[in-house]
Amino acid sequence: MDETGIPAYDRVVDERGSRCPKPIISLARMASADPAARILLLADDAAADTDVPAWCGFRSRMLSWVGPAPDGHGRAYLVVPLDPEPSPLLS
Amino acid sequence: MRQASPKNSVEPPGGFLDAASGQPLRPTARAALDAALDHGWADPARRYHDARRARLLLDAARESVAARIGARPDEVSFTASGTQAVHLGVAGLVRGRVRTGDRIAATAVEHSSVLHAARAYGVPVIVPVDGLGRLDLEAFAGQVGSPGVALAAVQSANHEVGTRQPVAAAVDLAAEHDVPLLLDAAQSVGRDDLPGGWSVLTASAHKWGGPSGVGVLAVRTGVRWRSPSPDDPRETGRVPGFVAVPLVVAAAAALEEAESERATESARLHALVDRIRARVPEVVPDVVVLGDPIDRLPHVVTFSCLYTDGETLLDLLDAEGFAASSGSSCVADALEPSHVLAAMGALTQGNLRVSLPSGVREQDVDRFLAVLPGVVARVRATLGAEGL
Repeated sequence: MDETGIPAYDRVVDERGSRCPKPIISLARMASADPAARILLLADDAAADTDVPAWCGFRSRMLSWVGPAPDGHGRAYLVVPLDPEPSPLLS
Repeated sequence: MRQASPKNSVEPPGGFLDAASGQPLRPTARAALDAALDHGWADPARRYHDARRARLLLDAARESVAARIGARPDEVSFTASGTQAVHLGVAGLVRGRVRTGDRIAATAVEHSSVLHAARAYGVPVIVPVDGLGRLDLEAFAGQVGSPGVALAAVQSANHEVGTRQPVAAAVDLAAEHDVPLLLDAAQSVGRDDLPGGWSVLTASAHKWGGPSGVGVLAVRTGVRWRSPSPDDPRETGRVPGFVAVPLVVAAAAALEEAESERATESARLHALVDRIRARVPEVVPDVVVLGDPIDRLPHVVTFSCLYTDGETLLDLLDAEGFAASSGSSCVADALEPSHVLAAMGALTQGNLRVSLPSGVREQDVDRFLAVLPGVVARVRATLGAEGL
């Protein structure tokens, strides 16, 4: 955890200013490119609060932390793989 | 020479699948409206022939509606809309219980008119729901039993996802604490079995194929309800202003017809919704069908399609001749997703509500199911979301 209070992450997807469903599509794109990454999604779309956890349910991910974005604009969602080493048979 | 008979009804377009917003006027209601415009135009409160005729029509309509919602005629007043009925219902109950308090226990998934009225006339206490949109009875019990609660507001069934609420249990819990319960029955009247035990019931005629411009406010005898409006003797002092007698007559005729066909029509629509609920996940990838699959309204189903937006889905469906609605944020005025979907923790993007009007043709439902996968695929392709 750094001084902003955000737990450790590997990638950042900044979709502040874009509206549903774009933040989720960008999150999915990053998750698809780097399946093991812990992704920090930054978003200010009102739908993200419900749609990020709902997407996690679709793609075996977990929303492990939610809080204000590091610079105070919008919110940050930390999305991590459910299983740290996903089996290729289940993907 | 005899003229060709005028076309008496507008056939609802085959792709109209938004009955929960309001369905087209039933032909029988149109005929009743025509007759009532001729015979029911006068002021029913006056003392002359035409006035008495209007009064007879209004009384008959009131008796008919009262019988069908399980009320006495003198408990039923007509408003200008379902929303006005809700506003007056909430405000009057708060006013009747000023000495108790102004807290209003309302489920998180009430219609926005209920939540707005709760904020305007009191302090809302929100009762959470589960993932199906059904109120949490344990939480409800705690909140309805807390001090200062003027009323509880519970819908008969949810207008977006169709889930029926456990009204009988909620009525019992409210009664234990002498808290009156306002039942928003807008989606159930003429469609589904109505729970009893309410203190105030509200409904809206265009949901059952009556005309727009008529709502129902029923206040049970003995309930402490005080009109929030300036004094006016009309509608038992509950709704100020001249009542729209012809529209009310048409609304009553529509409800009579809806009730007479309800047993067969509800079963038919229930089965068609079953078909939609089963088929959509088979033909559309990454979709979630929401609400209770069994304990639900006969005619309403909602699902959300990942990586799509409700606005474009509605536009493409419209181009194919289908009318539906959406709880996605991009469709809302305030760019907020539906409070119902949010309270359920459901996916809000790409949301579609399909609600079947009475008499909907099976072939139109099947055509919708045939068109939907292509529509969803086109939206995903446009957004570059294929294969994610």
